Amino acid sequence: MNNKLLKAIQTIEKRFGVEEHIFRDEYSLIVSPGDVVEICRLLRDGFGFDMLSSLTAVDYWPEGDPRFHVIYQLYSIENNINLRLRAPVSDDNPAIPTIEGIYPNANWHEREIWDMFGIKAEGHSDLRRILTPYDWEGHPLRKDYPLGYEEVQFTFNADEIDAKKPYVKE
Amino acid sequence: MGIEQKLANLGIVTTTLEKAVNWSRTRAMWPLLSGLACCAIEMMAAEASHYDMSRFGMELMRASPRQSDLLIVAGRVTRKMAPVIRRLYDQLPDPKWAIAMGDCASCGGVFNNYAIVQGVDEVIPVDVYIAGCPPRPEGLIHGILTLYEKVENERLTKWR
Amino acid sequence: MVQLQEVTLDELKHLVSDRAIQGETMLLNMGPQHPSTHGVLRLMLELEGETIINCVPDIGFLHTGVEKNMEAKRYEQAEVMTDRLDYLNTVGNNLAYCLAIEKLVGLDVPPRAQVIRVILAELQRIGSHLIWLGTQSLDLAAMSMFLYCFRERELILDILELVSGQRMMTTYIRPGGVWRDIPEEFYDAVQQFMAMFPARIKQYHGLLTKNPLFIDRTKGIGVISAEDAVAWGLTGPSLRGSGVALDNRKTQPYTGYEEYDFEIPTRTAGDVYARYECRMDEFWQSLRIIEQGLKKLRELDGAPVRSSNRKFVPPPRSELGASMEALIHHFKLWTEGFDAPAEYVYMPVSSPRGELGVYLEGNGSNKPHRVHWRTPSFVHLQALPVLSKGLLVADLVAIIGSIDIVLGDSDR
Repeated sequence: MNNKLLKAIQTIEKRFGVEEHIFRDEYSLIVSPGDVVEICRLLRDGFGFDMLSSLTAVDYWPEGDPRFHVIYQLYSIENNINLRLRAPVSDDNPAIPTIEGIYPNANWHEREIWDMFGIKAEGHSDLRRILTPYDWEGHPLRKDYPLGYEEVQFTFNADEIDAKKPYVKE
Repeated sequence: MGIEQKLANLGIVTTTLEKAVNWSRTRAMWPLLSGLACCAIEMMAAEASHYDMSRFGMELMRASPRQSDLLIVAGRVTRKMAPVIRRLYDQLPDPKWAIAMGDCASCGGVFNNYAIVQGVDEVIPVDVYIAGCPPRPEGLIHGILTLYEKVENERLTKWR
Repeated sequence: MVQLQEVTLDELKHLVSDRAIQGETMLLNMGPQHPSTHGVLRLMLELEGETIINCVPDIGFLHTGVEKNMEAKRYEQAEVMTDRLDYLNTVGNNLAYCLAIEKLVGLDVPPRAQVIRVILAELQRIGSHLIWLGTQSLDLAAMSMFLYCFRERELILDILELVSGQRMMTTYIRPGGVWRDIPEEFYDAVQQFMAMFPARIKQYHGLLTKNPLFIDRTKGIGVISAEDAVAWGLTGPSLRGSGVALDNRKTQPYTGYEEYDFEIPTRTAGDVYARYECRMDEFWQSLRIIEQGLKKLRELDGAPVRSSNRKFVPPPRSELGASMEALIHHFKLWTEGFDAPAEYVYMPVSSPRGELGVYLEGNGSNKPHRVHWRTPSFVHLQALPVLSKGLLVADLVAIIGSIDIVLGDSDR
């Protein structure tokens, strides 16, 4: 393990008390949502993690508790180290403080997790839907949202499916 | 070889009005420059010099719908884009035709989910469907020639 | 849903300045169907005369729901959808997804397959940069460049068709290696391409690099400093044009890139011209890598091209008649597919646009639990208002070309 990465993880563990998870040489820290902003600021200013590679979320319905995990992937250019933060967010009124002030990059990523999962970013300057149409209802990437699958037409049901499809004649 | 041989000294050619009108419509049909996704790259490759589409009359693609005859829906149509395609089709002046290029425009293609319209014929009336993911430029040219055959058999009005 | 939605001005008031509401500045819609937006991108511009006060990009017109659809398919079935994300870098998308699967389940890749992957990825990089060059020049009214670039690209598509049967959506790179071995004509085809391409690059340089019209339209336009670029998450040639030498092939090498000798071109000006020069230099570096790759490929003639781990890779058809285990493996893989552990990995790869990252999480079953694509175009489009503040609409067109966006990549 890289020395700088080791120091960063040890500092965060001492101050915030987080869990560590290592898989295939990738380090993830499971942090609480309230601490995310401070940890990101500490990592950016103190340890040189200047780029937010990716910000996304995962849904663990129905057996996961808490339901969502928001994942921050941070990268340090000068030291060439990767670090991942995972923040568990519960189901009722899911929200997480915004890190737009630290990484301006996070603006659209947080709009995307609002659109796809319904996780609000508190303090965000412009929280609206980004990928789905303006008046879409529901949050598509949640596990209880249906895929919207249209039945495949085989010979035995081709005609009845055809009759239901809204073809346009003019 | 051509019309001059038939004219002899008369200077008169006889044909039907329908044939003349349809002939002129197929010889200079300009598509709208509206590529959506991957099929648009194959449409651009068909317009480029290797598979030249200007030999079939499509010398240029007009950017404005008011100046084009043909809407080639090249690529997947999402629910957000469907009203836009409808509006573009409405803005095309008559006579107009539409080609659904590729699997996604014909039937939804690989993507059978909440975000993709399963076939652009739910939004606009389509004349020719071209299969392929993406169809080769030769496939697009075959589709355009099929459209030309369809146009050449059109009637101007119901004569009887 | 064929009616257009009405959005009132109240909901969008925070995006435009007060002067627009009073009518001093003009709100112009550079709509989803536009010849210069490189796809279906909608830009809401607030203009004062011809100068841009603010530019709000509106994406989502190509949102395909790939991430949700991949959760409903098995790992090998979901690979088909990965081609269609960034449709100019299809081999690269397949490569990123297969590398993520191999990292997750711990699958080995034989060296010959790694060399083939590198050669195809670099050919695809050249192809993607050719389209970038063609469409950017078309936007700046150098129309013949468009035709030249597509002529070169036909040769690359011929090579991809020779190897896999399909011009664009090849799905040739599979977990564990590549689908099948390359035919003998591959060497001749690639060497022919490499013999005639350098002269063409010099032709393009002759047409554009010292052209005063091109320089006027691109020098000093869309400048971004190195700190701003890193803060906004720019990667790839857009970042290297501002001076930061960052490339995933060097910093976190994959597929054997550490054994190749190549450089990362950078410039310091940070404008459209610097990004143009970076991408033009990448042509030469890709040719270098392909040359070294072909030599390595000759030395590894006859080696296997796919892993022999039968839990993940189906056996060749010739074994099915002779061996019972081969038949059982074939049956299990075709009906159920392979399982992946309940862990998560993040695999960043260098695409022609920037850093393409795949976050893959399994849940012990044969379908992925979550696949997230960190796509460079999504991140670069955010920086468009910053890049284009105070410039003319014509400059905006040059800037959109220079950050090299593909809307399938951005909207997924």
